[in-house]
Amino acid sequence: MTVIEIDRREPPGAARAAMMLQRAHWAAELFARYDIERVRRILDAVAQAAEAHAERYAEWAVEETGMGVVEHKVIKNVACSRDLWARYRDHDYVSPRTLDDDKVLELPRPAGVVFALTPTTNPIATTYFKVLLALMTRNAIVVSPHPGAKAVCADAVRVLSDAAVQAGAPDGCIQVVEEPSIPLIEALMTDQTTDVIVATGGNAVVRAAYRSGNPAIGVGPGNVPSFLDATADIPAAARLIVESKSFDNSILCTNESAVIVEEEAADQLVRELGRAGAHVCSPEEVELVRERLFPEGRMRLDLIGKDATVLAEEAGLKVAPTTRVIVAPFSLVVPEEPLAREKLFPVLGLVRVPNTRAGISAAQAMLRITGAGHSASIHSTRAQTIMEYGAAVKVLRVSVNVGNSLGSAGVLTNLAPTMTIGTGFYGRSSLGENLEPRHLVNWTRVAYNADRSVPFDDFAGMQPWRLDAVRHASAPAPAAEAAPAVETDLLREEVRRLILEELKELTRQ
Amino acid sequence: MYDYGFFSYDSKEDMLERSRAFWNPDKTDFWQDAGIDLVIDRREGYLFWDMAGRRLIDLHLNGGTYNLGHRNPELIATLEQAMQHFDIGNHHFPALARTALAEALVKTASPNMRRVIYGSGGGEAVDIALKTARHTKQRRKIVSIIKAYHGHTGVAVGTGDERFSKLFLSDHPDEFVQVPFNDLNAMEDALRGRDVAGVIMETIPATYGFPLPEPGYLQAVKRLCEEYDTLYIADEVQTGLMRTGEMWGISKAGVEPDIMVIGKGITGGMYPIACVVVSEECSAWLKEDGFGHISTGGGGELGCVVSLKVLEICGRPEVRSMVHYIAERFQQGLRQIQEIYPDWFIGIRQDGVVMGLEFNHPTGAKIVMKHLYAHGVWAIFSTLDPRILQFKPGILLSPELVDEILDRTEVAIGKAYAEFKAGSRQAVTA
Ligand SMILES: Cc1ncc(COP(=O)(O)O)c(C=O)c1O
Repeated sequence: MTVIEIDRREPPGAARAAMMLQRAHWAAELFARYDIERVRRILDAVAQAAEAHAERYAEWAVEETGMGVVEHKVIKNVACSRDLWARYRDHDYVSPRTLDDDKVLELPRPAGVVFALTPTTNPIATTYFKVLLALMTRNAIVVSPHPGAKAVCADAVRVLSDAAVQAGAPDGCIQVVEEPSIPLIEALMTDQTTDVIVATGGNAVVRAAYRSGNPAIGVGPGNVPSFLDATADIPAAARLIVESKSFDNSILCTNESAVIVEEEAADQLVRELGRAGAHVCSPEEVELVRERLFPEGRMRLDLIGKDATVLAEEAGLKVAPTTRVIVAPFSLVVPEEPLAREKLFPVLGLVRVPNTRAGISAAQAMLRITGAGHSASIHSTRAQTIMEYGAAVKVLRVSVNVGNSLGSAGVLTNLAPTMTIGTGFYGRSSLGENLEPRHLVNWTRVAYNADRSVPFDDFAGMQPWRLDAVRHASAPAPAAEAAPAVETDLLREEVRRLILEELKELTRQ
Repeated sequence: MYDYGFFSYDSKEDMLERSRAFWNPDKTDFWQDAGIDLVIDRREGYLFWDMAGRRLIDLHLNGGTYNLGHRNPELIATLEQAMQHFDIGNHHFPALARTALAEALVKTASPNMRRVIYGSGGGEAVDIALKTARHTKQRRKIVSIIKAYHGHTGVAVGTGDERFSKLFLSDHPDEFVQVPFNDLNAMEDALRGRDVAGVIMETIPATYGFPLPEPGYLQAVKRLCEEYDTLYIADEVQTGLMRTGEMWGISKAGVEPDIMVIGKGITGGMYPIACVVVSEECSAWLKEDGFGHISTGGGGELGCVVSLKVLEICGRPEVRSMVHYIAERFQQGLRQIQEIYPDWFIGIRQDGVVMGLEFNHPTGAKIVMKHLYAHGVWAIFSTLDPRILQFKPGILLSPELVDEILDRTEVAIGKAYAEFKAGSRQAVTA
């Protein structure tokens, strides 16, 4: 029986969560003085812990969210832990650097406290990704998982946090909001202690991030057109597209939304898609798909990340049990056509066009509907077409002759591997690239007089920050940590001696 | 004209004049003479503003009352909510909020603790603790520490400096024995007669300038209490509620007291109550005659609801983490200042955010206090050892405010040093 109904002026947990930011702020202050060796040691440990749990969390995430494919999530989790760290281990966002010709000394300055929103579609990979990026740049991070994946994310954050602190990271530099809610997230986004918001998720969350008044990196939705011209290696392209579209059941925002194919190659493509594991719908079946999977023209949210066979059953289609993708041909790319919009399940639109010009127009039309600034893909062997396509479609990355899910995410291309695809000005974002560590650090530029006669200084071997004995609330510092202080201690002794002498002089008068 | 809605003053001078006339002339003048013309007006977080509009950072916190900051928004919201349903309640009946808080407190205390008795302030709680000890052991004698401070109520005042008991003809030297802090022989001598009801000690004596217990001292006192059949009463009024980095300073020291006194910060300055947590042995009178101690406002239920919130806040892992960061930053910063004035700023006593700064002059802390005040920081000297400045920062401080405090402190200590030097030159030439 409820006697008193607590009337809360602020969302439940807001005060506590604000305290997390404050704790993170303390941690960030300390973290900003770490040197590259310490940072690498922490990341070695965290990446290893993350990789070690990749499978467990993949299973847990599928169970908790009901989305995706365990084995594909394992791949993403490993890509966002071991592989990500391998890629950046030699990078340095921590040490000072000099541009001798320009006479500029550059000092890295972390953002401070990163407030990271992670989506329900890629809960663990995104959590791993953002935590690792924050650590590489010496930021503290507070992760706010999507409520639909909060248990698995909270557990993962705790594991990463323990590994980090044990490897010497400041206590509280990785935290998680265990009971996220929309009002709570809004409160944290607008909190003055939040230094930057990194928002991956629905449009509402991203817009809220930009409204917060705090610096924000948020990205828009995708709606990936994949154009095949007649010069493409059609069997290979069909295989890659089915692979990519079925990868984690299309819940990467880089998954192909619709294939636009030149008429000349269309029949062959349809055959090859079938061979690669797709079910290509008849016109009657397309009607069923529209009606049942997109009632009132909207993608059914409860089907996000479900298997193709589940979708087929929902739509009332008879398909082979091995079906991985459902291909739904349609004729016109217009806003009222649901198949021309983003589909976070393995239903792939297919549009036939008479020629390359019309294909490019169709791709442009898709991106007018939604997904501007995100990604597109092309399968072609004609450089001129590839370039024209890239210049025409309003996206900031185009992957060529690879599956787009992992292509635009930088796993199968040399783009920065990422879980956050910057959609730039087209996509109402401050970020036009794949999010990478350098986006979370600013540099102080210490610039000398440009006049040639003024010399530049030699900063080699100097340390810009002093790290006094680091102790932790929860874990005692390893004994080795005290060692490198010797030089600075000597310096301090010297300063102290000078001051004492000065004082003696003063008092003698 | 200062119109406060409920009352008004023409000017600050007018206010001080009326303070002398209607409140406390000596206390009013004491501060004016000490160079502290403070009349606290608006308060918020770790800041308050003098009537004249000057901003000050509070490092006194009324001995930890404002541990969580002045007018902490969570506590305000809690009290406002509580007032929709509760008032102070009726002290004779089983009471909802009193019982809930008692249970919560017992859970935070050492495992031997069983029940809670309520007072309306720290002094009353100490009275309750001492009366409880006397009932339990059926003896009158109480041992305390020389220069101890446990409040000024009827029984408690006997444990402290005789300045305050003699004033009111309330000294009972036969019943109150005082021994020096950190002196185990003196303690053993005092207990050897097996005629002592209890030993009352602050875990780190505040008003004495926070001399730190020597390693093993508190534990040894506890052992002596056991050996000579007396009770250990821990006054945690200033050292509780995470100020040492743990919920209770005495638990951090690894001592299980028989009685623990809690006050000040437990209600965050919102609605005062104080609490005495007791063991089963010390619960005897609560079974024999539960009306033995009566206090209408004791454990007022509005205060109990706020206290529950205070305990919840203090128990958060974020708070524990921050206390350690704050303590560490102060330690480093104060050491750096000490290196500049090694023959003036001669000691730092610190356990968590419980700190005493020691100066090389019999009333050095008064000089520093004055200069700190002039530089926007309010910290109080130790009444019973004015060489020591009580330096008591809050447990929710931000790094920015800690740095600001250290900057101001460095300048104030420097100015105080100059004054001290000038003074000693004068003394030489005179
Ligand atoms: C250690 C200690 N015990 C007891 C008291 C008495 O508390 P109150 O002033 O609430 O009576 C104080 C007050 O300063 C104190 O510092």
